[in-house]
Amino acid sequence: MKHSDLIRTTAIAWLIFVIAVPFAYAKDAQLMQLMQLLAQNKSAKATFVERTYIGIVDRPLVSTGDLSFVAPDSLEKRVLTPKPELLILRGDTLTIERPGKRRIRVSLEEYPEISAFIESIRGTLAGDLSALKTFYALQLTGSIKNWRLVLTPKQQRLSRIFRRIRISGSRADVKTIELDQRDGDHSVMVITQVSHNR
Amino acid sequence: MKLRPQRLVLGLWLGLLLACGLVIAKTRFVSDLSAFMPKAPSARQRLLVDQFQYGIIGRLIMIGIEGGDAAGRAKLSQELANRLRKTRMFMGVQNGDSATEQRDRAYFFDNRYLLSPDITPAHFTVQGLHSAIKNSIDALSGDTGLIVKQLFTRDPTGETLRLLDQFGGSSQPRSLHGAWASRDGKRAVLLAYTHASGTDIEAQARAIEAIRKTFKRLPDRQANSRVVMSGTSVFAVKSRNTIQGQVTRLASASLLLVVFLLLLVYRSPSLLAFGLLPVLSGALVGIASVSLSFGQVHGLTLGFGTTLIGEAVDYSIYFYLQRAGQLNPGHFWRTIWLGVATSTAGFAPLLFSGFPGLAQLGVYSISGLIAAALVTRYVLPALVPQQLKLRDLSRPGFALDRLFDFATRLRWLPLLLALAAAGVVFAHAGKIWNRNLSALSPISKTDQRLDQQLRGDLGAPDLRFMVAFSAPNKELALEGAEKAGQVLRGLMYKQVIAGFSSPAFVLPSRTLQRDRQAAIPDAQQARQRLRQALVGLPVRIDRLQGFLSDLQAARMRKPLRRTDLDGTSAALLVDSLLIHRASDYLMLIPLRPSDKSAKVPLDINRVQAALQATRLKHIVVIDLLEDSTSLFRNYRNEVLLLSELGCLVIIALLLAALKSASRTLRVVTPLVCSVTCVTGVLLQGGTRLTIMHLVGLLLVVAIGSNYALFFESCGQTATAAERRRMQVSLVVANLTTVGSFGILGLSSIPVLSAVGITVSLGALFSLLFAAILSPGKTGL
Repeated sequence: MKHSDLIRTTAIAWLIFVIAVPFAYAKDAQLMQLMQLLAQNKSAKATFVERTYIGIVDRPLVSTGDLSFVAPDSLEKRVLTPKPELLILRGDTLTIERPGKRRIRVSLEEYPEISAFIESIRGTLAGDLSALKTFYALQLTGSIKNWRLVLTPKQQRLSRIFRRIRISGSRADVKTIELDQRDGDHSVMVITQVSHNR
Repeated sequence: MKLRPQRLVLGLWLGLLLACGLVIAKTRFVSDLSAFMPKAPSARQRLLVDQFQYGIIGRLIMIGIEGGDAAGRAKLSQELANRLRKTRMFMGVQNGDSATEQRDRAYFFDNRYLLSPDITPAHFTVQGLHSAIKNSIDALSGDTGLIVKQLFTRDPTGETLRLLDQFGGSSQPRSLHGAWASRDGKRAVLLAYTHASGTDIEAQARAIEAIRKTFKRLPDRQANSRVVMSGTSVFAVKSRNTIQGQVTRLASASLLLVVFLLLLVYRSPSLLAFGLLPVLSGALVGIASVSLSFGQVHGLTLGFGTTLIGEAVDYSIYFYLQRAGQLNPGHFWRTIWLGVATSTAGFAPLLFSGFPGLAQLGVYSISGLIAAALVTRYVLPALVPQQLKLRDLSRPGFALDRLFDFATRLRWLPLLLALAAAGVVFAHAGKIWNRNLSALSPISKTDQRLDQQLRGDLGAPDLRFMVAFSAPNKELALEGAEKAGQVLRGLMYKQVIAGFSSPAFVLPSRTLQRDRQAAIPDAQQARQRLRQALVGLPVRIDRLQGFLSDLQAARMRKPLRRTDLDGTSAALLVDSLLIHRASDYLMLIPLRPSDKSAKVPLDINRVQAALQATRLKHIVVIDLLEDSTSLFRNYRNEVLLLSELGCLVIIALLLAALKSASRTLRVVTPLVCSVTCVTGVLLQGGTRLTIMHLVGLLLVVAIGSNYALFFESCGQTATAAERRRMQVSLVVANLTTVGSFGILGLSSIPVLSAVGITVSLGALFSLLFAAILSPGKTGL
C-alpha cells in the first residue's frame, strides 16, 4: 500500500469525477448540441450532496460541499462535511489539502494514463469526440432537457475499479453523477447550480 | 685521486637505492581520492567524514536502462534486478517490482500494531476506539475512500495509513510496465546498494563491473539497449581509473620531454644518463620516504614526481657547468644549497596540511630534493669524468645574453605587470576562491548531467541534511532514533522540516514494541470495548472479527527483528541508515527540507537546538553541502597560513645567507611579481582558485627562488662567459620545468591541471622576471 498507489487511485477517482462534469457531450450529432451548450460554460458554482453506499457500513455516508469550475481547466471540490478537504485541479496539477495534514501535490504528467484522460477531455471540449471514445463506451438517452449519459470504461485500469459512470442533466446543467464500483458499492452525487456565467 | 672515500660514497648510494627499492616493493599504492579527503579534527567533522565513508551515499549505485521499447526495458529491469540480488554483492536492488511492493505492503499491514506511532493504551479505550473508527468511516467517503474501504474490516482504526503517512512527501519514481521508469519514460531505472563501504574502491569497482557484465548477459536484449550508471562510488571508480591512466601517461610524457630537451642541449647520451641519476635517486628516496611515513603512496603523489624532475634536473645541469670549469665551485655549491633550502622551506608547509595527500607531497618533494642534491654533490663527481667536454653553447649563449641584456632595460615591466595583476586580483575580491567542491572532482560535465537526471528520475533521497549519532548497540541506536523522532515530529508540525526517514519507522526498538504490545487489551476486553465503541456508528461488530483476531495476534507475537524485513524495501532503510561499525553503531536520519529551492532550505541550528532535548551524546545535524564546503574552506585557510609562514622562512633564509637586505630584495622581487602575475592571469582567465592552485603557487616560489638566486649570484661575481653559461642552463632548466608542468596542465583531472598550469606559468614568469631584474652587466 504505497503512498504513490494511494495518490494514484485518488487521482483516478477524482479524475473520473472531473471528467464526469463537463462530460455530457457524446452522442455524435445529437450530442453536439449539448456539447456546444456546455462549452459555453465560462465558470460555474454549485453545491453538492453525495451519498456513498458501502457494503460494510450499514447506512449511506453523506458528504456535502461546493464545486466550482472556471474554464478551461480549473476545477475545485470543497468537502465541508463530514471531514473538510479541498481538491484542486489546475492545469496538470492536482492538490489535496486537509486541515492539519500535509498538502499533497501530484503532477498529472507523472501519470501518463491520467494526463491522457485530461487531454481527451480538453480535446472533447474542442469537439473531438473520438478521443473520448477511446476511453469510454458512450450511451446517450433522453432529451436535451432531460438527458442521461452512461460511460463504461474501456481500459482495464479504470474498469477494475468502476463498472460505469452515469450522468444526468438538463441542458447545460449537470444534475447527478452516479459511480458504480466493481464491488457493488456505489455513490450518487446530486448537484445544485448556484451560479453560472456563460 | 682519493679512491676510498669515492667508493664509500658509491657503496652508500647503491645501498640506499637498494633499501628504497625494497621498501617500494612492499608499498601499497592507492589511487582513490580518499587521501584528498581531510582528516577531520572535531567530532562533528568526523561524523561528516564517516558519513562519506560508511554512509548510504557511497553505497548507492543508480542504474538506468536505455534503448529498446518501454516494455522491453521493464523486462530487462526485472531480470537484471533478479540476477543482481543473487550475487550477494548488494544489500538490496530496488526497481519497483510488484513482488517487493507486495512484500512491503504485507509487512506494513501485518505488523501495523507494532509499527504505528499511535499505539498507546489510550488508543484502545472505548473512547479512543470510537473516535478512530469514526474517523475511518468519515474517510470512506473522502478521497482516500477506495483504500480505506479495502482495509476497513481488519484495520478500522486506520493504523496502516497512519504509519505510511510517516513516509509522506518522499517521492517515488513513476512505474511503467511494472518497473520504475524515468519521468520521460525513456529509461528504466533501478537502485542498487552495495554491501561494501563506499571507500572500498576495489569492491565498488567489482560491483559496477558485475552490473555491467550481468546486463550484457541478459537474454532477449535489444541491440540498442544499454546500461548507464551513476553515483558517488561510480564517480570514485571512474576518477581512480582516470588518475591511474593519466598519471602513467603524464609521467612518461614529461620524462620523454626532459630527455629530449637534455639530449638537444648536450647531444651526449652518457651525460643524459648521468644527469638523470639525481632525479631518479630522488624519486626512489621520495617514494620510499612517503611509504615509510604514511604506510601507502597515493597515485597523485607519484604524478607530482614531475616537480622533482623539473627541479632536480636543474641541479645536474648546473653541475655540468661547474665541472666544465666555468663556475667557481665554492660559490656554485653555496647557491645550490641555498636553493635547496628555500625550496624545502617552500614545500615544508605541505607537511602540516590536514590533507594526507598534500602531506605526502611535502614528504616526497623534500626528501627527494635533498637526496637529489646530495647525489649531485657527492655521487656525480665520482662518476662523471673530470675533464668534461660540453657541447659548445656559446652561440645560443651570446644570443640569450643579448636578449637578457635587452631585457634588463625593461625593469619597469615586471612591476607594471604585477601592478596590473594586483589590480585584477583586487577587482576579483570576494570571488577569488572556488567554493564549489566539484571544482576538484575529476568528473566530466556529461557524467554530472547523467547523475542529475538519474537522481531526478529515481526521486533519489536528497541526503543533504542528516541527523547523525552513534550508540554502543543496535537497540540503543533505535531507541535514540525514537527519541529523536519525537522531536523531529514536533518540528514537522512547526514546518521546520517537511519530514524525515528513520529506521525506527520500520523496525522499532524492542522496548517500544513491547510497550505497544502492552497497550493492546486482551481478547475479552478488546471485544467488550469495541462493542461499546461502536454505539452510534453504522458498523456492526461481527464485520470487524478480523480486527479483533489481528489485535490478539499482534499482542502475542515475538517482537520484530531485522530478519523479518528480508525482501522488503524497508530492509534497505535499516541497513543503509543504521550502520554497524567496529565498536559501535552509526545512526543516520535524513531530513527533508520544507522548501528545497529556498536559499536556506533547512534551519539546522534550530533542529540541533531542539534535538538537545533527546540528551543523546554527540547528536549532530549535518548539512553535507555546507559542512563539507566549510571543512574545505578551513583547510584552504590552513594552507594559506602555512604558505605565508613558508615565505617568511624563505626570506629569513635568504637574509641570513646573502647577508644583505638589498640582495634579498633582488631575489624576492621577481618571485613576488610572478606569483602576483600568475594569480592575475588565472583570475582574468575566469578560473576560480582552489586549494590546488595555492599549492601550485607554493611550488612557484620553491622553484622560482632558484632562478632568482642564480641570476643574483651570477650578477655578483661571474665573468661574462660564466654568465652566458648560466643563462643557457637556466633556460634549459626552465624549459624542462615549464614543459613537464605544462603537460600536467593538460590533464583532465582538475587537481593535476590546476597545479600544472599554475607552476608552468609561474616558472616562466619567474625566469623572465629574474632575468629582467638581474643586476646584469652592471654587476661586473
